[in-house]
Amino acid sequence: MTTIIARLAMAGLTLAAALPASAQTIAITGARVFPVSGPALDNATIVIRDGRIVAVGAAVTVPEGAQRIDAAGKWITPGIFNAVTTLGVSEIGNIAGSYDASAQGRGDGVTAAFRVWDGFNPASPLLQVTRNDGITTVGIVPRGALIAGQGAVVELRNGSLRDVLIKGPAAMFADLDARGDRIGASRGEVFQRLRDVLDDARDFPRRRADYERNSVRDLAARSADLQALQPVLAGTLPLVIDADRATDISEALTIARSYKLKVALSSAIEGWKVADQLGAAKAFVMVGALNNIPRSFSSLGARQDNAALLHAAGARVVISGGSDAFNARNVRYEAGIAVSFGLPWDAALRAVTLTPAEMYDVAGRVGSLDAGKDATLVIWSGDPFEPSTRAEQVFVRGVAVQGPSRQDELMRRYRQLPAEYRKPGA
Amino acid sequence: MDPRIPYLVLCGLLAGCAAAQSPAAPVPTPSNAAATAPTQDTAQRVVPGAGALSEPNANPFPSTYKPGTAPTTVIRNATLMTATGTTVRGGSILLRGGRIVALGSSVDTPADAVVIDGTGKFVTPGIIDTHSHLGVYPAPGVEALSDGNEATNPATPYVWAEHSVWPQDPQFPRALAAGVTTIQVLPGSANLIGGRSVVLKVVPSTTVRGMKFPGARYGLKQACGENPKRVYASRGPSTRMGNVAGWRAQYVQAEQYRRRWDKWLADRKGDPPTRDLGLESLAEVLRGNVFVQWHCYTASDMEGAMEVADEFGFKVRSFHHGVEAYKIADILAQKGISASLWSDWGGFKIEAMDGVRANLALVHNAGVRAIVHSDDASGMQRLNIDAAKSVSEARGLGITISDEDAIKWITINPAWALGLDDRIGSLEPGKNADVVLWDKYPFSVYAKPEKVWIDGALSFDRLDPAQRWRTDFELGFVPEPAGGRSR
Repeated sequence: MTTIIARLAMAGLTLAAALPASAQTIAITGARVFPVSGPALDNATIVIRDGRIVAVGAAVTVPEGAQRIDAAGKWITPGIFNAVTTLGVSEIGNIAGSYDASAQGRGDGVTAAFRVWDGFNPASPLLQVTRNDGITTVGIVPRGALIAGQGAVVELRNGSLRDVLIKGPAAMFADLDARGDRIGASRGEVFQRLRDVLDDARDFPRRRADYERNSVRDLAARSADLQALQPVLAGTLPLVIDADRATDISEALTIARSYKLKVALSSAIEGWKVADQLGAAKAFVMVGALNNIPRSFSSLGARQDNAALLHAAGARVVISGGSDAFNARNVRYEAGIAVSFGLPWDAALRAVTLTPAEMYDVAGRVGSLDAGKDATLVIWSGDPFEPSTRAEQVFVRGVAVQGPSRQDELMRRYRQLPAEYRKPGA
Repeated sequence: MDPRIPYLVLCGLLAGCAAAQSPAAPVPTPSNAAATAPTQDTAQRVVPGAGALSEPNANPFPSTYKPGTAPTTVIRNATLMTATGTTVRGGSILLRGGRIVALGSSVDTPADAVVIDGTGKFVTPGIIDTHSHLGVYPAPGVEALSDGNEATNPATPYVWAEHSVWPQDPQFPRALAAGVTTIQVLPGSANLIGGRSVVLKVVPSTTVRGMKFPGARYGLKQACGENPKRVYASRGPSTRMGNVAGWRAQYVQAEQYRRRWDKWLADRKGDPPTRDLGLESLAEVLRGNVFVQWHCYTASDMEGAMEVADEFGFKVRSFHHGVEAYKIADILAQKGISASLWSDWGGFKIEAMDGVRANLALVHNAGVRAIVHSDDASGMQRLNIDAAKSVSEARGLGITISDEDAIKWITINPAWALGLDDRIGSLEPGKNADVVLWDKYPFSVYAKPEKVWIDGALSFDRLDPAQRWRTDFELGFVPEPAGGRSR
């Protein structure tokens, strides 16, 4: 399973080989195991039964009859969790028919009722590309509006949306830089709009009857959007606010406090400037690690050690480079780059496993290697952040999920030139 | 959000996305290339020396670059990745007078030399990026500073990228800190013919001429495929066949122009022909003096480009982006065209959907000069990691790429695509002392340049933040890094 060639050889066999595995007991032995919830374990054994982890430890006995996987010399981590992607809702970025990551609504920047995962395409070829590289779990997020809608968490294995959906909604997403046609450009107006929407949403349940009788003033958003915001106001669904300038981040925290929201920040390019506030709030902050360019007047303070400084201040850092689909796989290198700029290695691993799971409140199932959790894990040839390291075996709920991707097939086809199909008789 | 995305969308869909074209692999001189061109009347062709440019537009804006102070420097006991096919472990390298003087398991250390302990560290040539829009699409990315696409006509061979470069782009010092010492700045890809590129040293300067690589030849940016046909959908070209017709029409005129001027330059009789700035650029392509740097994604677009080049007798120096280069690597190798590629950027438009991570490795394996390029100021800072990703992917295909080869993808091969491989791109005596000292193995995600020398001058030192280059724009707007001060 370790090579593309091996993956291609498995074509068609993957499912047949994988299905019994989920019903079997599997013991992976000899690896250096990073449970994330606790210290690394050398020469440890992981026992998997019916898709769940039964035991993890150095002194674990291999049950009789278990299928053994010798992983001596390998590293095992929880499956990598990329918290911010558009996998399954975006195939070719500029082709409208393949892009389902943003909603239009009334063009007023509020589409809270939009459930991005309703458009999830389990046949997207990018899913196989991504899981082959050890990314097992992803956040699927809506884009492009002040309140863009609701995101979900899915696991990257074969199946319909119902099969792979871990949680939906997992969070509501807001973007202070995506202001919508009817919102002015100034910050004050954006925050006012956000407060208006939250105020009307707060009042909406109480005034629903008035609304139905058409006896209320114009509301700040469609009724469906106000309704969709109820779990956010109840503090049960996190509101992820995409903000870059330090003052925007502070204001987002202020709004969260005043409405008693469970808030998380994303992008947060100048987060380091208000790291004390984010740390004191123990806020989840989803940041990239490549941002050192002052690309806009909202992100003049971009610096590459943002993640490290936030972590040091006590914020709960998640590494995620953006909402890409094609390269959602590259989050593991981004974690490595965060390490090279000062984030402790263990914190970086946590930032792409357990912390995103906690943020979306799915840590009961994924994000660490503990008995009772899903057997969603990766056997690596070495340090998962290094480009020279390959994901040798990838399991989602105990099922091996690697297989030939569209890219693998292209590479095989053109591995030797002229390509097979150009050869006579091929 | 990922800052790459908006830029690449801008660049990939509308703006940037350069393409480099280059002549042959068995390094023919440009004059040979021109002289053997099948459709040319070679008898009348004025063949300037390699690298020379023809009158009357030979070099109107010469470089004013002055190297910094270059003390004699010895780096001792480091791993030298030379980009000549060898690695010297526990090696030393002597820089003097702005040049590499000696390297090996030991070198003579002059008494006045600054000696740097390289134990556990790595030395490579300065990294070279064939595809950049620094200065022409600077940060912050505002309309007022976006000067990379003269998108008013599908053929603008008369514009020169250097006239759009903003030397205060804060992306320059970030590139330098990543070990990038030479870049080709290209016009964007809105146009079939976007204009001339400029080769810059990544050095502080108040003028662009102070950054220009002395004597570097010009490139001409051309762009295939989706971008021109989208930008000019209403006036044409609106199709790929329209794109090809557009280049052919330009080169028909250019050939006439070249013939007229070469005749006059040979006999100097009567008044010179009327000048045309655009045709001058194209005539220099036909003479082999300006390198075509051609943005093309798909195999079929590259085929069309090569047909145009063959028809008019010029060479493509490098295809840029080339996400399908692996499909025609045999043809590229046979024609001696280099390939400036990403490891794994793709999928953002139809012509990029067949991108595979082993592209670089596959074309290398077929004998093509593989080049890791960025087209992006963030990606530019990690060309070494991009190379490593492709090497790793190739291993899964049973293809082994040595470190000695992979380092060439970001040093000597791009140097060749710019026609500067005799001056930069490898650690060899006599070459410019463009040198990077890395704290770790350069293909590790954890590696960072610790020191960078350009022409022997210490231009970046991670251990001395007080000396860090900050552009004018950054003063006041961009907080200083800890311990830093303006210079």
